[in-house]
Amino acid sequence: MQEGVAMYRIRFHGRGGQGMKTASRILGTAFFLEGYEVQDAPRYGAERRGAPIFAYVRVDAQPINERGVITLPDLVIVADDSLVPVPAAGVLTGLDEHTVLLINSDESAETWKDRLNLSSEVLTLPAEAEDRAELRFIGATCTGAAACLLGKISRDALQQAIKEELAQLGDAVIEKNLARALDAYDSMQAHKGCVQTGPEINANDYRKPAWIELPFDDARISAPDIHASANSIQVRTGLWRTLRPVIDYEHCKSCWWICSTFCPDGAITVNGKKPEIDYDHCKGCMVCVAQCPSHAIEAVSEQLAQHQETSS
Amino acid sequence: MTRRLLTGNAAAAWGARLAATDYIPAFPITPQTEIIETIAGWIDQGEMDAKMVTLESEHSMITAAASAATTGVRVFSATSSQGLLYGMEMLYTVSGWRAPFVLVNVSRGLASPITLEPDHNDIMAARDSGFLQIHCSTCQEVLDSTLMAFRLAEDERIRLPVIVNMDGFYLSFTREPVDIPDAETARKFVGDFDPQNIRFRASVPFSQAVAVLGGVPYSYFRYETHLAAQNGIAVYNELSAQFAEHFGRQYPAIEAYQCDDAEIVLVMLGSFATKAKAAVAQMRKAGSKVGLLRPRLLRPFPAELFRSLLAGKSGVAVIDQNISMGMGGVLHSELAGALYGHPHAPPQLLSFIGGLGGRDISLEEFFEIANVTRNAVAEKHTPPPRLLYTEQELREMRKLQAVAQEEARVERDELNNSGDRKND
Repeated sequence: MQEGVAMYRIRFHGRGGQGMKTASRILGTAFFLEGYEVQDAPRYGAERRGAPIFAYVRVDAQPINERGVITLPDLVIVADDSLVPVPAAGVLTGLDEHTVLLINSDESAETWKDRLNLSSEVLTLPAEAEDRAELRFIGATCTGAAACLLGKISRDALQQAIKEELAQLGDAVIEKNLARALDAYDSMQAHKGCVQTGPEINANDYRKPAWIELPFDDARISAPDIHASANSIQVRTGLWRTLRPVIDYEHCKSCWWICSTFCPDGAITVNGKKPEIDYDHCKGCMVCVAQCPSHAIEAVSEQLAQHQETSS
Repeated sequence: MTRRLLTGNAAAAWGARLAATDYIPAFPITPQTEIIETIAGWIDQGEMDAKMVTLESEHSMITAAASAATTGVRVFSATSSQGLLYGMEMLYTVSGWRAPFVLVNVSRGLASPITLEPDHNDIMAARDSGFLQIHCSTCQEVLDSTLMAFRLAEDERIRLPVIVNMDGFYLSFTREPVDIPDAETARKFVGDFDPQNIRFRASVPFSQAVAVLGGVPYSYFRYETHLAAQNGIAVYNELSAQFAEHFGRQYPAIEAYQCDDAEIVLVMLGSFATKAKAAVAQMRKAGSKVGLLRPRLLRPFPAELFRSLLAGKSGVAVIDQNISMGMGGVLHSELAGALYGHPHAPPQLLSFIGGLGGRDISLEEFFEIANVTRNAVAEKHTPPPRLLYTEQELREMRKLQAVAQEEARVERDELNNSGDRKND
């Protein structure tokens, strides 16, 4: 452990189910094994597969008093590049010229730099050939790469942390995660230690909070009500989907109720005799796929389906 | 002793385990559920020798906890927010039974609107229930306080249930390095529960928690409970000294940080107080004489210790993470009550309300709170209470409101239009 190291602030972004909480824990444990003080925590609203979540890690030589969301990150890791344009995901919050952005994408770092108008370092993890729904090891890949970029974690500590955090999953899973993490670690050697801690905020020279007096609003305004009905239509939960159910009308027996009845989101309607899936709101839970007695609904990779749509 | 990364929830579970708890009645609620999941796992694996029972509500859970306690066994339970309120009738009831047990509350803002993130209105609602309260700011403190809470609750001078409070997310789901004491030392510190005359048994009937008519017996019983709660200060001081002997960690009833020569003092409860600590450290670097007081004991209220720690200070800023509608911050009122009329009381006592529903408090806001307090001292004028809320935040709020209103209008228009078409 080095004395006098300032605090590292690291933020992971992903979707529920992609293992960002575990990724943050592996990184936290690896730093802890290297003798650092650590704080790691996931942050999510309603716990749902596919919904944006983030997790953060703070690392210091001293006990850590800072808590809660990281507003000025030194390193931001994005496991799923489709989150960047989702405002609720907050991927770009607080990025400045010192922040390193590590993004899992099949597009180039230059493209992302240009697209987001970033002056900071952008590095990519090549998106794996397997589809997004099968990103079972993206957490390990992200952690391995991050461990190298931060420059304070040895390969040994990384391996040990993975073994500890995944102990309950059995040797086979641990081996696969170790392989991905170490590959990612080695792939970032050229950038080892490139993440720098941010500047401290000076108590004599700070931006004053623009506090205001909250005005009185009458209860028609200030009660927590939404006057519009059916406004959840505005929330495109279809963005959460990693798998897409596709109806094969050749095999559909037009029973007109099974898939639509089982759909927990009411995203299947039967117009006339044909069921139709509302892809703006289907979250991709695949309940319909499991329930259809004639096996007429197929699960396909959302990413591949989108690629085909854009190329056709 | 093992040093390991633990969430606040896991730390609470370790506290219950190391205290050799016999019985755990449980009901799940976010963000507390991980506590009972952890304990259930240990019991299942045979690592913890205790009985867990899942109840159908917090009301029943607290009744079960206290009922078990009246048989003389050691009882632990946990809840949060709406759950604490659902059990509120029984909180007030069972403290009067004078049977000790420990309840962990994971603070979370109350409905409405419903939320998951923390503030202290849930635990403040239990303030007058007769439960003693210990408030934690780190995961280590959650484990340690759970051990201390059993001693406090079971002490013959007290014999009241104790709540150990931690903040949802900021502690419950946050991992930090925690020293897990070895079982033997923990056992030695907590000791065996000596239930004295608490021994409700089958076939040995007696009437417990009887009804009374008239204020004379009622006043007696209620005031005796108050006196027992007040004994909590002296007992707490004794046992925190013993805790330090056993484990080397100091937990005074009020944590004082950089206070000896401080002119301005911030006062805050819970885990957000560590953010205040980080801000105080920065202000000290910049040469400002600012300190922080963080009460760990809220019930009993350590009024005398507050008076001595604040004697001669110029200004105090209380940051309440709660709001009593129509009055303001609860801790501010309590501190004003403790200080009023006493010589050497600080001339300026300011009220700030922040962190409601987990709203962040930035470093800059702590700097500004100290600055506003310094100005109040210079101008000898106390500004009105201040909600920590920025222009930008109101703009975001207005945007949400506009969306809701606009949608309502669009909806109505559409309905009207379709109605028109039908009429055509």
